[in-house]
Amino acid sequence: MDFVLPQLVAGLSVGSILLLAAIGLSLTFGQMGVINMAHGEFIMVGAYTAFVTQGVLGHAGLSLLVSIPVAFVVGGALGLVLEQTLIRHMYHRPLDTLLATFGVGLILQQVARDLFGAPAVDVQTPSWLRGSVEILGTAVPWSRIFILGLVILVVAGLSALLAYTSLGRRIRATVLNRDLAETSGISTRRTDRLTFFVGSGLAGIAGVTVTLIGSTSPTIGQSYIVDAFLVVVAGGIGKIKGAVIAAFSLGLLQAFIEYSTTASIAKFLVLVIVVAFLQFRPQGLFSVRTRSLA
Amino acid sequence: MGDHLKRHHIALRAGTAVAAVTSLLALSACGARVGEETSAASESCVDVSGDSIKIGFINSLSGTMAISETTVNDVLHLAADEINEAGGVNGYELEVVEEDGASEPATFAERSQRLIAQECVAAVFGGWTSASRQAMLPVFEGNNSLLFYPTQYEGLEASDNIFYTGATTNQQIIPALDYLLEEEEVESLYLVGSDYVFPRTANMIIKQWADENDVEILGEDYTPLGSTDFTTIANQISRSGADAVFNTLNGDSNVAFFRQYNSLGLSAETMPVISVSIAEEEVDGIGASNLEGQLTSWNYYQTLDTPENEAFVEAFQEEYGASRVTSDVMQSAYNSLYLWKAMVEEADSFAVDDIRDVADGISFDAPEGTVTIDGETQHVTKTPRIGRINADGLIDTIWEGELTEPDPFLETYSWADEEEAEEFAEEAGEGDDADEGSDD
Repeated sequence: MDFVLPQLVAGLSVGSILLLAAIGLSLTFGQMGVINMAHGEFIMVGAYTAFVTQGVLGHAGLSLLVSIPVAFVVGGALGLVLEQTLIRHMYHRPLDTLLATFGVGLILQQVARDLFGAPAVDVQTPSWLRGSVEILGTAVPWSRIFILGLVILVVAGLSALLAYTSLGRRIRATVLNRDLAETSGISTRRTDRLTFFVGSGLAGIAGVTVTLIGSTSPTIGQSYIVDAFLVVVAGGIGKIKGAVIAAFSLGLLQAFIEYSTTASIAKFLVLVIVVAFLQFRPQGLFSVRTRSLA
Repeated sequence: MGDHLKRHHIALRAGTAVAAVTSLLALSACGARVGEETSAASESCVDVSGDSIKIGFINSLSGTMAISETTVNDVLHLAADEINEAGGVNGYELEVVEEDGASEPATFAERSQRLIAQECVAAVFGGWTSASRQAMLPVFEGNNSLLFYPTQYEGLEASDNIFYTGATTNQQIIPALDYLLEEEEVESLYLVGSDYVFPRTANMIIKQWADENDVEILGEDYTPLGSTDFTTIANQISRSGADAVFNTLNGDSNVAFFRQYNSLGLSAETMPVISVSIAEEEVDGIGASNLEGQLTSWNYYQTLDTPENEAFVEAFQEEYGASRVTSDVMQSAYNSLYLWKAMVEEADSFAVDDIRDVADGISFDAPEGTVTIDGETQHVTKTPRIGRINADGLIDTIWEGELTEPDPFLETYSWADEEEAEEFAEEAGEGDDADEGSDD
């Protein structure tokens, strides 16, 4: 039984990364119905932002903290440009957004390759995030605790934004019934743009955190995009709560199955479980009850 | 009604006959074309009438393998330029034709066919993954042409149409194991690898070796290529209490693996990791701070203190910049061009059969030390070297073995189970065929 606790911790830390990768997508795909295949590349852009920030500031600890808001703005700005130039023309054609954003993702990968070279670059982990702390007899890496803390902050911030701010109210109104929202005087264009900015910015933040655990290379987005969609779909489209529960459930499932089998089999079984689950609940764990006819 | 049916029947039969005849015609046409191709190939179309001779480079310049293979392409060009400056091969200037394998085995096969049949190159240099080599092998055998393959690989292969200038298992993996046993006195090992042919073959050999030497294998884990989560595996390694970890992970997975390994407080002092696919090129991306003190097994390091290596590194950095590093596979690719040159000059011919006849014993004073071709297997002799990664990201030699004859089928090792190896090689081959099928 002594494997339960370490795997519990492992599952939580896998889940926290899944959630960070998925939370921005939950906003743009879930709330707005845009299938943004370039979301993974926004994560990649966030990771390179951390790399560049570190190059400029030099200090690993300071640059990590600075790069979080910077990556949010860089990712957000990129999302804004994408929304303005491509996606806004395709709001009623989700499959077209899939193809167009897939192409954008490829372009971004190539740009990264030209700017930073094909090999992975090294983003150093600050000294205070190295090593681990013993909790109940289990070594828990500091970097994982940091990511878990960050994801709690992000989810709390996003929930507060949706619940208490006027932007949040406008987003929710637009999601529930776009036409009615518009006739009520809400500028849905402006709401779309801001939603996209926030969603893509969150991908940027996710990018900073993945530099703590893995490589920073032009193709890292690919490692997270499938899992991110999995979380959003399993959690129920358009619900932050669903994404949170789905991410941690999948993380724990992965950790425990992997412990008793292998990494490949665990990945496969998690997919099978999600597909089976969606047979019973096609709408996912939670879903938006919409009053619109569409 | 009856008549109608009958007529229908006849019409059908006639239709079948027509179809049969057409397909026969098509078949015979096919047969003729295949025949033509083979005859054309056997008298190769290499053009020796001018003052230059064409050679082909095939590397992945795009796709996931471009990271590694562009470095090989760089060094091949360096070798070709050097040879041309020194007067060429047998008085002929080298004219390079370049193809992009695009990280797809099927593309490697198709492009190498083009190099041989349309560009009429005298020899082809390149390939990295075992899948790409296995895809090209029938093309080179079918055309009786030559491929020089520079990468260390899992062995269990010897084709008359391939010269293998990288290490086979008995020149890299077995020396690494011997080092762990003799110098580090390990009694238990944990195996981590990417889930494809090289790590699985390597680990099969490691397990046979471990049986013989009473080393306990405490765990064996594979992750999908490109996998970034090693939390569970790092936990399991940490709890296993193994004396060392044998790492056959490829590419970016190494970054995630070492970061997560270190964050659990494991290190080169507590539990060393020996890697067989991390070289100087990769260290930079993984971060030297994540790797400092860890071990590698190769035949060549940039820090080697030989006059040949000094000249090689200097020439490479002059061409491509002082921040660039050289690595084992790059060096093997560099050697391959010079070995081919030596064979052509010895045979006084570019013909494949003539080259093969003189191959045995041909040698080159390479940066890693003199390498000599073994005519039987067409592999080269190599000196195994264990290295330790230093703070600058370079690798220092800490142990050096004897100059080792290639033994791709491990025939000289009593513990190596030949049957299991053969079965394994067959399965691996079939698996790759299936992969190619799905690529199409």
